[in-house]
Amino acid sequence: MPPIFTFFVMLAFWTALSGKFDLFHLGMGMFSSGLVAWLSHDLLFEGHSRKLGATLIEIACFVRYLVWLFGQIVLANFHIAGLALSLYPKKHLDPHIIKFRTSLKTDFARFVLANSITLTPGTVSVRIEDNVFYVHAITRRSSADFSGPGPGEMERWVAWVFEGGSR
Amino acid sequence: MIIDILVIIAMLTGLLFFVATTVGIIRFPDFYSRVHAAGKGDTLSTTLFLGGAILFILRDFSEETLLTAIKLLLIVFYIFIASPTATHAIIDAGYEFRVPYWTRSSKKKCAEGEETTEENLDNGFYPEELKG
Repeated sequence: MPPIFTFFVMLAFWTALSGKFDLFHLGMGMFSSGLVAWLSHDLLFEGHSRKLGATLIEIACFVRYLVWLFGQIVLANFHIAGLALSLYPKKHLDPHIIKFRTSLKTDFARFVLANSITLTPGTVSVRIEDNVFYVHAITRRSSADFSGPGPGEMERWVAWVFEGGSR
Repeated sequence: MIIDILVIIAMLTGLLFFVATTVGIIRFPDFYSRVHAAGKGDTLSTTLFLGGAILFILRDFSEETLLTAIKLLLIVFYIFIASPTATHAIIDAGYEFRVPYWTRSSKKKCAEGEETTEENLDNGFYPEELKG
């Protein structure tokens, strides 16, 4: 990924936050985002030395995945809210830690999967050791996606976005 | 008018989820399940709440309100990154220090305030490798 891409992301961010479009403020923005892009362009898009087109496709897939993830978050939130407001929550709770192997290769895909697991209420990723995930789930229903044989639905989505798997 | 109703619905639903998770913090039995309630109720409810605010602000559309809406969107974005990270840090720290937990089978032991020992670790809560 060329540093120029980092530069434009920084500049867009600066413009949105400053909200002033005169030459002075834009010039300051150009200068500071240029400085940041020059010093640390490899931090934002680390290890992505691919063509711009491939990255754009990946971003589009990622947005599609976010829509699906948001639907899951809504469903799971209803589940947790129902638990919290039910008359005897302890009757329905069954906290446990589930462990599963992932087929994801890259660190970034694993990071996205772990954060998605934590974002959906009812499951928290406790730790990742090599390719083994430890996930704390609050009910059996919350962990149903990960307890089956083979990769669960969420993992297949992440693999589809980042590693070209089928979903 | 319709936008006003949408804003009210979004904010009320967001508030309802906030209330539910706050009740969850009080009612859930142990550290781990409370982290569930505390750390994650804010994902959906913040989105609904700030979504309502964005709609409300964009009613009279101009350059200024658009900028404010973008800033609100950025807040939602940061919460979506920061919230799971913080939740993970808290629960991992608790895991590291072997905070007493509640499961169906160990209910009695924990109710008596007993420390977690090797004995009652042995009910399937911790996977084999993480016991030591």
